Amino acid sequence: MSRADFVEGLRGGFTVAVASAPFAALFGALAVDNGMSLSELMLMSATVYAGASQMVGIELFGNNVQAWLIVASILAVNFRHVLYSAAIARYVRHFTPLQKFFTFFLLVDPQFAEMVKRGEEGKPVTFIWYFGFGIIIYVPWVLVSLLGGLLGGFIGDPKALGLDILLPAYFLGIVLGFRNRSNFLPVALVSAVASAIAYHYVGSPWHVSLGAAAGITLAALLPLPGALKPEPENEPHEV
Amino acid sequence: MEFDLQMVLVILASAVATYATRIGGYVLITTMKRIPPRMEAALNAVPAAVLTTIVAPAFFDGGWDSKLSLVVALIVGLKVSHTWMLVAAWLVVMGWRRTVGF
Repeated sequence: MSRADFVEGLRGGFTVAVASAPFAALFGALAVDNGMSLSELMLMSATVYAGASQMVGIELFGNNVQAWLIVASILAVNFRHVLYSAAIARYVRHFTPLQKFFTFFLLVDPQFAEMVKRGEEGKPVTFIWYFGFGIIIYVPWVLVSLLGGLLGGFIGDPKALGLDILLPAYFLGIVLGFRNRSNFLPVALVSAVASAIAYHYVGSPWHVSLGAAAGITLAALLPLPGALKPEPENEPHEV
Repeated sequence: MEFDLQMVLVILASAVATYATRIGGYVLITTMKRIPPRMEAALNAVPAAVLTTIVAPAFFDGGWDSKLSLVVALIVGLKVSHTWMLVAAWLVVMGWRRTVGF
């Protein structure tokens, strides 16, 4: 049973590993371009393990920005993970402390999306499944970023190879996976517009936190799905 | 092995900051007994709200190559799988850049 879960995890994560390989390679190439050594970029992939914020980090390294500002920017880009770990709490309560440690360490965007999907489909969210899904993404991420660093000189301009469009297109795909949720369209539209405005007037990476805050606030303020079709047993819970 | 001490410290501080965000929400939520319905609605909106903000600047601030590419990817994504979205987005961008230019 647990072995089957592990294999199922590996299978699911494999697709993500393939999809994220270009970004790992791109990160490696850009890191070297911004003055990082191969060992430093591998250390970053292995310990930070967060695609978008690694990109933000090296961009700031290359521009000699103060250390605290780099860490603050990475914190801002990754702030969404606070929300992820809150949202998956219901699935990890039965994990041991050590399992929880690894669960949160491996909690990247697709991992989160897949865990929620699996939980909502009613399938068992076991640690061994989660670990299989995570490790098959983690190991290639570190190795391919090294490969990207080695090949960096040959990649040249990422735009000439059309690599720059893959990251937003990839995230767009994950967003679409949630389109059947209540309030999906208003939330996505408000987040999109708010983040575009924040990107323009406040700058990156704050557009992530500010745009998300707008969408989440809207979801909290919109009429609750339960309130639209009230069920008698729900009424005592209303405040 | 080439390590610059200051860069290593910044990387490790970034790793700690990232880990703090990855466990922070769990720590916060387990201190509460019951999740109020409005908070649950907010939590349910997290994936769409957050991930959209990563896509939006590429669309609004990107050139016409990026805009068209993301619209095509959106249409493809509504019909078929995520992998085909990447393929479609890449084909449109490369097609545009080879014919119209950057």
